[in-house]
Amino acid sequence: MEYRPELTTQQILCCSCGTTIPPNPTNMCINCIRNQVDITEGIPKHATICFCRNCERYLQPPMLWVACQLESRELLALCLKKLKGLNKVRLVDAGFIWTEPHSKRIKLKLTIQKEVFTSTILQQIFEVEFVVSHQQCDDCAKVMAQNTWKAMVQVRQKVDHKRTFLYLEQLIIKHSAHKDTINIKECKDGLDFYYASRSHALKMVEFLSAITPLKSKASEQLISTDIHSGTSNYKFSYSIELVPICKDDLLCLPPKIAKAMGNISPLVICYRIGNSVHAMDVNTLAVAEISTQTYWRTPFHALASVKQLTEYYVLDVEPCGPVRGKYVLADIQVAKAQDVGRNDTTYFARSHLGGILNPGDSVMGYDIASSNFNNDAFDALHRGSLPDVILIKKAYPSHRKRNKGRNWELRQLQKEEEDMAPRKQDQERIEQDYEMFLRDLEEDPELRSTVNLYKADKPKKENDYAMAEDSESDYEDEDFPEIQLDELLDNLNKQKRTIQTL
Amino acid sequence: MAVRAQFENNNEIGVFAMLTNSYCLVAIGGSENFYSVFETELKDVIPIIHTSIAGTRIIGRLCVGNRHGLLVPSTTTDQELQHLRNSLPDSVAIQRVEERLSALGNVIACNDYVALVHPDLDRETEEIVADVLKVEVFRQTIADNVLVGSYCALSNQGGLVHPRTSIQDQDELSSLLQVPLVAGTVNRGSDVIGAGLLVNDWCACAGLDTTSTELSVIEGIFKLQDNGPTAIVEDMRDSLVDSMV
Repeated sequence: MEYRPELTTQQILCCSCGTTIPPNPTNMCINCIRNQVDITEGIPKHATICFCRNCERYLQPPMLWVACQLESRELLALCLKKLKGLNKVRLVDAGFIWTEPHSKRIKLKLTIQKEVFTSTILQQIFEVEFVVSHQQCDDCAKVMAQNTWKAMVQVRQKVDHKRTFLYLEQLIIKHSAHKDTINIKECKDGLDFYYASRSHALKMVEFLSAITPLKSKASEQLISTDIHSGTSNYKFSYSIELVPICKDDLLCLPPKIAKAMGNISPLVICYRIGNSVHAMDVNTLAVAEISTQTYWRTPFHALASVKQLTEYYVLDVEPCGPVRGKYVLADIQVAKAQDVGRNDTTYFARSHLGGILNPGDSVMGYDIASSNFNNDAFDALHRGSLPDVILIKKAYPSHRKRNKGRNWELRQLQKEEEDMAPRKQDQERIEQDYEMFLRDLEEDPELRSTVNLYKADKPKKENDYAMAEDSESDYEDEDFPEIQLDELLDNLNKQKRTIQTL
Repeated sequence: MAVRAQFENNNEIGVFAMLTNSYCLVAIGGSENFYSVFETELKDVIPIIHTSIAGTRIIGRLCVGNRHGLLVPSTTTDQELQHLRNSLPDSVAIQRVEERLSALGNVIACNDYVALVHPDLDRETEEIVADVLKVEVFRQTIADNVLVGSYCALSNQGGLVHPRTSIQDQDELSSLLQVPLVAGTVNRGSDVIGAGLLVNDWCACAGLDTTSTELSVIEGIFKLQDNGPTAIVEDMRDSLVDSMV
C-alpha cells in the first residue's frame, strides 16, 4: 500500500485575540485585521445626489442632468462617481439595496479590495447611503419661472387645416430658425414661439415675412420699472396672422382687386404662395400677384380649398396653344371618377394642366357646377359664364394604392401641446392633414426642394419593392415624380430627430 | 517569566543579544533600558557580557551557543575573543569557526542537548558544533526554510517554530529534539521567531510588540509560568500516580 502523508493544516493563535486560525501573512485573524485597518477609510458613507422632480433627471456634476431609472446601471455609475476615494481601492462589486422610492434614500452595497500589508488583500463589503435631494434643473427652472421669456411670436392662420404650419415647420427646421427659441407651444390655429430676447423674436418675424404673406402687430406689456434708474422691463408679443389662402385654393377676387390686377377674371386659383399670393386665371393663363398690402386692404377668404377637391378622369386633352412656363392651356374633357360606370356625364374644362395630363389620367378639380358657395363676390358673377369644373392638380391614385411605405421622413420641432388633449376626431384630422402634406411633398418636386427630407430608419419591405416593380411593368404610364435617394439626407443621429428646443 | 524589550526602538532583540542557561551576550551601545531588562532577570545568576562580534552589534545572529560552549564566526577579532574568554564562565568552551555561512545564529539552532543546523553547513563545522556544544546535530529545515536559527527558538523545555510549520514537521522536529514544539509568532505576527525571541530554561525575552497572546504561548511552551505550590501537585501528579499504580 502506498504511503500517503496525511496533510493536516496546522493552526496558530491569532496574535492579537488568540483564536485559532490557519497561518497567514499577518498571522492575524480577519476580525483583528479589520479592527486594525479600515479599508473603507476615505470613502464617504453618506452622499447627496440631486434630482429634478419635474423632468426626473439626476445631476451628474458639474452641469449634466441625466435621466435614469431607479436601480439602473446609469444611476449606479452616477452614484459611484459621487464617491471619492474609490480609486484608491479595487471595486469588486456594486449593487443596489432596495429602498422605498419615497424614502429619498438610495443604498449601495459595495465590495472593495485593498492591500493592507505586504501580500495581504482584504475584502470588505459596506453600504453607502445616498440622500436624494431635490433641485430644479436649469431647463426646468427656465420653463417654470414666469418671466423667462422676453418676447413671443404668435403665428396664426385662420383656416381649417394645418397644411401651412406643417410646411412652415419644415422651413423653420431647414433654416434653423428655431435655434433661439426657448419654447414652442402649439395652440388653436397656430404656434407660439417664445424667446429670451426681443431681437430673436424680431429675427423670427423677419424670417416669416420673407417666406409668407402675413400681417404682424407688435405689442408690449410693462412688467416692472425702476424710477430711479429709468429702466423698464417689458414683454413683447408679436401677433402674426398669415394670409388664410393656401396653394391650390379656389379664389373669387373682390371686384376691386380683380380690376387692379389688370382686370383679371375674378374666379382664379392660387397656384403658388411666395411672400405674396400668386393667382392664375385658368381660362387664359393670366396671372396676378396679390401683394400682402393689397390683400389686407380688402381681405377675402378662399372659395374652396383642397378638401373640397373631387377626382376626375381625363377623357381627352386638346391643347389650345398658349403656354406660360410649364403651364399649357388645353381643353380637357373629364368625367367624375365616381360617375364612371354609372352615367356618361362628361365635362369640358379649360385648364392650365394641358402639359401633364393625358387621356386616362386622374385629376383633382373643383366641381363648380354642383357646389354652393356662400360668397358675395361669387354671387355677383354671371352664372352662365362659369366653368363647370376647374382642374387643379394631377392625382396619382394607382400609385397611392401600390406604394404604402415611405423611405423618407421629416423631422419635427419639439412642441409643447395645448393643455387639453385633442379630441379623437381632431386627432384623426391632424393625422389626415399630415398625410396630405406628405403626399404634397411627394407629388411636388418644387415644394420638396425647399425642405429637408431624411432617410427613414427602417427600409421598406422587400416585397413592397417587388410588387412595385411588377406593377411598373404593367403601367408604364405613371410619370410620378418619385423621390430620388439623393434628395434624402442621412438621418445620422436618432436623438436629433425631434429637435430639442428646450 | 517572559518579558518584553526593545533595542534602540527595534523589536528584533534576538539580533542584538544572545541568551543561554549559563551566560548572556548583549550588544554594546544599547540603552540602559535594554540592559536593565536583562539585569533584572539574570543579575547574580549568569554573567551578562557586553560585547561586539567582528565589530558589529548583530551578535545574536553571528554566534551560537548553549550551556557548554559558544561558537563565534571567523571574523571575530582576537580582542573580542579574548574579552569573551575572560568574561565567560570557565565551564563554557569558546571556539572560532571557519564557516562560509558565517551568521552562525541564523544557520544553527540549539538547546543544551540537540542542535538543528542548515542542510548546507560544512561537515567540519558540524563536528565542531557536536564537540564544543556537546549536542547531537541534525540537518533540518523549518517550514521549508533552511535558516533554522532564524525561524525557531529552542530551550530544554520546549520550542517555538515558524507559524507555517506543518503538523508533520512539528512532530518530526519534536521527536528529534525530545521537547514539545508549537508553531507561533512573535512581535505581533512576525514569523522570524529567532530574531524576535530570546529564551533559556527559566526566562524569555521577546520584542516589545509581542502581544499578550503570543507571550502566553511562549510562557506555555517554555514552561515559564510562575509556578505556585499547586504546580508541583499538577506537574508531579502524573508521575506520583504512575509510581503508585
